[in-house]
Amino acid sequence: MGILDFLKRKPEATAGVAKERLRIIVAQERSTRGAPDYLPLLRNELLEVIRKYVNVDVDAVNISLDRDSGHEVLELSVALPEHKPG
Amino acid sequence: MAEIIVVTSGKGGVGKTTSSASLAVGLAQAGKKVAVIDFDVGLRNLDLIMGCERRVVYDFINVVQGEASLKQALIKDKRYDSLYVLAASQTRDKDALTQEGVEKVLDGLGTEGFEYVVCDSPAGIEKGAHLAMYFADHAVVVVNPEVSSVRDSDRILGLLASKTRRAERGEGPITQHLLLTRYNPTRVEAGEMLSVKDVEEILGIKVVGVIPESENVLAASNAGVPVILDENSFAGQAYTDVVSRLLGQERPLRFIEVQKKGFLKRVFGG
Ligand SMILES: Nc1ncnc2c1ncn2[C@@H]1O[C@H](COP(=O)(O)OP(=O)(O)O)[C@@H](O)[C@H]1O
Ligand SMILES: [Mg+2]
Repeated sequence: MGILDFLKRKPEATAGVAKERLRIIVAQERSTRGAPDYLPLLRNELLEVIRKYVNVDVDAVNISLDRDSGHEVLELSVALPEHKPG
Repeated sequence: MAEIIVVTSGKGGVGKTTSSASLAVGLAQAGKKVAVIDFDVGLRNLDLIMGCERRVVYDFINVVQGEASLKQALIKDKRYDSLYVLAASQTRDKDALTQEGVEKVLDGLGTEGFEYVVCDSPAGIEKGAHLAMYFADHAVVVVNPEVSSVRDSDRILGLLASKTRRAERGEGPITQHLLLTRYNPTRVEAGEMLSVKDVEEILGIKVVGVIPESENVLAASNAGVPVILDENSFAGQAYTDVVSRLLGQERPLRFIEVQKKGFLKRVFGG
């Protein structure tokens, strides 16, 4: 690219990219809004305990906080590895 | 009781102080008795934008700490009799501001017959920003068409819905107004900048106004005359529209399209 091209270069039409990125991050942040700070820590410690007994993946433990009709529900799910017979 | 309006954003440098000054002036122009308070302890700026920096004797913290009365600290605007400024302290640290202290000042303003109190929030989501929003009835969330500002404003909208006195007491939600500033229709048309519609869609809330990016804002701050008083500027006119909308009147959005007028049309009208 010549120096003239460089000087004449227009900024790219990046608004669409910005909108898409914001859509995703805003949705993600809204879903964890108001959740206690200790949630990621709790998840890690649970994972350690579970791993003493079962060999599970790092992303096997899923924690989410839901709110329905005034109650806060901490939902915890652990995906166990497939049971191998014998 | 005065209606408390917080002007907030999360991100710094998006136009909170510019907006606070113009909205306060606009409300005074509408005949309301208005106080505008600088909550940015340590970084006083509103006084400069309002053009009263040389008349600051006592500040917000002095009143909070009982070192001066509200009457002594309120600076009367030179242009409007019903408009007063309460400056932030330049020397004290942020801890001097307490929730009880802020409440005392706001109650005092209500007793003095103020109809509106505009709270110019500091940036961030720390104590100062929290105190500026805590007692608010209405919020003006200032946002620029730019990724970090939009994300921060969503965060602030969340805090407004949960971390205010109204929310804690279950007194009904605080009214949230989104104010999009530094908008450049030419760049939006070129696809380089998020549009009004984009921002409204992402945040799920309609704008109360759009203030165009304007050279007149710098000129206004240079002179210490809030831009709303520059009646020929688009930014000033856009702020006037916002004030009308806040007072319940309908005003169509202006200055969000590229000006397509040619030279002759501009000279002869059209
Ligand atoms: N509509 C606008 N057009 C151009 N410049 C603006 C506009 N609004 C604000 N600014 C400029 O942006 C900078 C930050 O504004 P300010 O009101 O101090 O923001 P904040 O209080 O959020 O930190 C200032 O230099 C101001 O002049
Ligand atoms: Mg400011």
